[in-house]
Amino acid sequence: MPHALWPQENWILAFAGMTSRIQKGWRRAGPSIENEMSEAEITTDVVIVGAGPVGLFAVFELGLLDLKCHLIDILDRPGGQCAELYPEKPIYDIPGFPVVTGQGLIENLMQQIAPFAPEFHFNRMVTNLEKLPEGGFRVTTDGGEVIRSKVVVVAAGGGSFQAKRPPVDGIEAFEGKSVYYAVRKMDDFRDQDVVIVGGGDSALDWTLNLQPIVRSLTLVHRRDEFKAAPASVNKMKELVVEGKISFETGQIGRIEGDNGQLHHVHITTKAGDLAIPATRLLPFFGLTMKLGPVADWGLELNDNLIAVDTEKFQSSIPGIFAIGDINAYPGKLKLILSGFHEAALMAQAAKKIASPDERVVFQYTTSSTKLQRKLGVVA
Amino acid sequence: MKILVTDPEGAEHELEGLDGWRAMEVIRDWGLDIKAECGGSCSCATCHVYVGDDWLERLPAPSDDEEDLLYSTLDKRPNSRLSCQILLNDGLDGLKLTVAPSAAKDA
Repeated sequence: MPHALWPQENWILAFAGMTSRIQKGWRRAGPSIENEMSEAEITTDVVIVGAGPVGLFAVFELGLLDLKCHLIDILDRPGGQCAELYPEKPIYDIPGFPVVTGQGLIENLMQQIAPFAPEFHFNRMVTNLEKLPEGGFRVTTDGGEVIRSKVVVVAAGGGSFQAKRPPVDGIEAFEGKSVYYAVRKMDDFRDQDVVIVGGGDSALDWTLNLQPIVRSLTLVHRRDEFKAAPASVNKMKELVVEGKISFETGQIGRIEGDNGQLHHVHITTKAGDLAIPATRLLPFFGLTMKLGPVADWGLELNDNLIAVDTEKFQSSIPGIFAIGDINAYPGKLKLILSGFHEAALMAQAAKKIASPDERVVFQYTTSSTKLQRKLGVVA
Repeated sequence: MKILVTDPEGAEHELEGLDGWRAMEVIRDWGLDIKAECGGSCSCATCHVYVGDDWLERLPAPSDDEEDLLYSTLDKRPNSRLSCQILLNDGLDGLKLTVAPSAAKDA
């Protein structure tokens, strides 16, 4: 199944800091990395594209109105930019929190939406969104999941995260054959001579995970300090001392090989050029964001953002909403706060589409026993 | 104070800078093409600029984090900096910056 192993050229996902975060045990609906594509079609009320703070809070607002949500995200965990770009950085402008870190905010949101049991499809990108003649939508992911929903909410922030290419000439010819930006199948690295470049959690985690199965492994970073969990760094250093892996301080230069198959990676070190025999290269140079397939769904765009109204935050296609950083309207401020507000108003409009015959009474969580039951705080 | 910024298209702009603002914020606020996707937390390298003439040595040296990120860009030069890490002050009046191609919105 080459399609699932290696999606369309640039649309590469990276599993930043995978092992450490997977252990937190978020509820996942999607197949695990090494599983086959799933065939069954899923039916739900709402598909949310993007599991950043705004997508997560949308689960809460929709959940109070009894709408069940499936979330799809290209990262391997919830949080979007908060988790990927600034997990440890303090945020000062969330109402009620004088200070909260990106990761802290996401953990709180996950706790807040837990009563609504959202289903997550991580490591997945929405490749196709189709409006059905009988009403509703069919959403397809690059993992083969097909989800039918009454409403679609695009909460994709700055777009899809994709791995950054390292500054190496001609690397494209090797991608998917001997250069990978993520580990989808450990077996691709078995008995190989592997070079991993980077100093973050992804580089360190995969150094530790792949070491037992590779023929040789060299970790390369431009300095000998790392931005990774100290325990991983210590473990890596032990492996170097034991002679099980090598570590080189330097920068990746050129790569050599034939027909996409790598045989040497050149590293520029203080001592000069070092040619490392290598059959696999895993560069971890961080992630960047691209709008991606959202651009192909026929939605009216405004400077690469989805144009919405400010009553429902609905796009030019009825039933598709856009909230958070991905939408555009006069006066828009790209704040998490604004996205939360948009989620609340969107939910009211989404409910009318999902349950057209139901009369919705606006209620407060402080006083409504019904809402408190949904939240599991009263019997 | 003013800063002189060349956008990714090559057009030059004289922008009113504010003491205490980050150069990235000024460039973004004036509507020039700059991606700046992490919003100034030194996490993404999409506010990459080239520092003009002899201004480079007048800026505080980059942190290791900034150097790591600059190294991850495809178009790094010796005068590369992240504009979110350049805090403006009156001593930088006339600072010349060029937005790197990799920091353009559609790059």
